[in-house]
Formats: sequence, structure tokens, C-alpha cells
Amino acid sequence: VQTLRRTPLYERHTALGARMVPFAGWEMPVQYEGVIPEHRAVRTDCGVFDVSHMGELEVEGPKATEFLQSVLSNDLGRVEPGGAQYTLITNERGGIVDDLIVYRLEPERYLLIVNASNREPDLEWLKEREIPGSDVRDISDEFALLAVQGPRSLERLGLDSAPAFTFAEGEIGGIECMVNRTGYTGEAGVELLVPAEDGPALWDAVVGLGATACGLGARDTLRLEVCYPLHGNDIGPDTDAISAGLGWVCALDKDFTGVEELRRIKEAGPERRLAAFVMEEPGIPRQGMGIEGGGEVTSGTHSPMLDKGIGMGYVPAVQAEPGAELILDLRGRARRARVVKKPIYRKDD
Amino acid sequence: MAAAESYPDDLLYHPEHDWARIEGDEAVLGITWYAQDALGELVHFEPPESGTTIAKDGIYGEVESVKAVSDLVTPLSGEVLEVNQKAVDSPETVNEDPYGEGWLIRIRLADPSETESLPDSAAYKALLAEQ
Repeated sequence: VQTLRRTPLYERHTALGARMVPFAGWEMPVQYEGVIPEHRAVRTDCGVFDVSHMGELEVEGPKATEFLQSVLSNDLGRVEPGGAQYTLITNERGGIVDDLIVYRLEPERYLLIVNASNREPDLEWLKEREIPGSDVRDISDEFALLAVQGPRSLERLGLDSAPAFTFAEGEIGGIECMVNRTGYTGEAGVELLVPAEDGPALWDAVVGLGATACGLGARDTLRLEVCYPLHGNDIGPDTDAISAGLGWVCALDKDFTGVEELRRIKEAGPERRLAAFVMEEPGIPRQGMGIEGGGEVTSGTHSPMLDKGIGMGYVPAVQAEPGAELILDLRGRARRARVVKKPIYRKDD
Repeated sequence: MAAAESYPDDLLYHPEHDWARIEGDEAVLGITWYAQDALGELVHFEPPESGTTIAKDGIYGEVESVKAVSDLVTPLSGEVLEVNQKAVDSPETVNEDPYGEGWLIRIRLADPSETESLPDSAAYKALLAEQ
């Protein structure tokens, strides 16, 4: 019997009438009122997501930086305590074990917030490569994590603006939390990390300040509109970082797992690339659909802002340039799409 | 605004959550309140072409929400006379008014006796209660 894990906010979701679904071993809200109104709330005002299913790993010790520099693709040397960075755990082939945000808590103490489905594989991967003087611990169960996103989120929470990818201790509704200037929607906002037992009170405070409760459905449409890759869909152990368009988070001038293969791919130019596209004919692209010429859709949905089908997929490099026409196989129907420059949705459009 | 749950008495139903309103030797088809609620806000209706012949229990099109796609099953055999363009242009109409403005297609019945085997409102509600 497989049992699903529940976050500290489970009762809040059911009380709000959320539709709960299994996701990465967790029972999570996919929507409350509906994906489209929740999506619009985040684009125009403020929404709150329970992302407590995500994993938190702590890496500490005199050699913590040295160790992480060897397993993470981005250059931690550019991050001071109080700063954060989007980065990848790569394998020997340059494939992506996980994408994550690393927070430098102290000079030699880091927090890694990782994808829910990769919490155990990441821990195992890091434990296997640990060096004396660095210790990796899974502290996920100690925390709840709320993402508060949207142009009015700081105003509603009573927070001052701060540079993206920084963090500080803060207080929302009298509850102390770690306030991270990060997110997965393309909007201004924060991610709030609190001890698990404070999660429900923080949720109540944030909702009380006017944030719309949003589910994983809107989280997916929001991230796809701004072309943030989803691990397991758009990126994974068999897709290299360069082809995925994540060369900008790979410091190829340092040594880390898979760097040689990534240098080689960059030098030769990838054979295929992760392209973003917008449908020019009716229909909604979905993961796994074929693209004429040998490509495949890795993520697809309906864009609430464009009111069109949108998606991302790997196509031969010649087909990946903005403006290129793609023909998708929508369950037996050939439908036209156009490659666009990322992100698909821009605020000032 | 989503409609309130209902299963009108003047319709016939199909266990796959489709309905038919018989009008002489024609029928209007759509999806039930239950179907649109399970799918969520509809964002696409892939209709059949007018003139297509469809067979009872066969698939005549698709509706899609943000998260899911669902086949449309016809309770009755016939020829497609008309597609509801409003449902094509504004699929959310189906959520707002699944038995009225949100109808999907009109067909000419090939065999009116097929209606005899279809569940009525009470029988369909009993089917839903089992789920």
C-alpha cells in the first residue's frame, strides 16, 4: 500500500475545498477555485502556494564550500552569506540530477531547496560524494515552505523590496520565518521557510493579508509561461544542461561533475535544444507529443494570459530558433506552432 | 461562474457523462455537470466536422481543461448537423451552462430506437452515486 505524505497545511487545503491529488508521493492541492483565476491572481495581485513538499538539505562543515563546488554547476564563489543561487546537480554525462536553489547561510553552511521527487536521490547522490569536513543532512520534515508570489505580494505582506536571490530573517503576522527573494512564477515575491509547527499560522496570516490560495495547477501554468524548466519534464538525468538552455548556470571554468562533457557539448554546439513555442492553431500541446522533424513536447498547457496553447520541447537545433515553424502531432492532428524567444509571457507585452 | 449541480429530467444520459436532448428526429449533445466539474475550466473544444457520421458509444471529439483532456462520447448514432461555435470560441461556456448555451453538437438521429436504452436523469444520478 502506498501512502501519500501530507504537508503541515493539509487541513487548511481541505477546509478551503481544494482538489487534492497525488504528486511526487505527496497529497497536494491542485486547485481551489480554479487554475485560471488562481493564475490571474498571481499575475495581477498575490497568490500563496504550499510548497512544503519540497526538500531541504543542509550542508555544513569546514569543507562545505569545496564539496558543493565539486557537485553543483554554478559558481558558489559568487554568493556571499545572505545570498542564494539557482544551480544544478549534474551527472558525469552533463545530465541534470536536479535543479535547486542553494542559500548560503554562513560561510560554510548552506541550505539546498530541492524538488520533492528528488529529495531522496539528491541526498543519496550527495552522501556518496561527501568529503571529510562536509556533512549533508535531510532536514525537510522540520519545515513548511510557502511561496507568496505576485506584483502586490510585498505590499500585502508588509515587506520592503530586496534584490532577487537574497534572504533574511523576517516576521509575517508575528511569525518568524526565513524570507527568501525567490520564486517559480516570474513575478515578484518571496518564499517563506518556517518550522513545520508554525506553517498553519503563517498560512492563515498570509491568506488573511489577502493572498489567494493557489494550487499546483496554477504553479505549473505560471512557470511554463515564463519557461522555467520542470525537472522530470523538461530536464532530467538524460538531458544535458547546455541543450536545456541552462548553460548560464554552468560555470565551465571550474571543476564539477560532468564539466568536461558540458564543455564538449558547448564547443560542438548541441544537436537539439529546448525550445519554447506558442500554438498558432487550436489545441493544447501535452508532454510526450511528437514534433515533426524528430522533436518531442516536454511540457504543454493552456496559457491563461495568452489564451493559447503553449509549451516547451526538444527539437533539432535548426528548428529551435525563434520564428521557426513547428508541426505538432496533437493526438493524430497536425497543428502549427511557432518557436518564440523565452520567456513565452512577458509582463509588458 | 460555474453552474450549480443539476441533471435535468428532460435529458437522456450516457454513463461516460454525456447528455442528449431529443428534438424530433434530431438530438443536441453535451457533457454533464459532473463531467465539466471533474475536468475544471474548459479551455478547448475539438469538434467533429459537420456531415461526419458518428456511432453510438463512439468518440466524436475532445474537450480539454488546463490539466486534462477528455473524449466526447455520443449516446446516439447519427450525422453531425451543427457544431456550437460558441463552445469552440469560448469553451468556458460549457462550465457556465452545460445544458444550455454550452451544448456541443446537433445530430440527425440514425436510429431513434437507440434512445430506449439510455439512462434517464434518475438512473444517471444513481450511476454517479456509485462512483
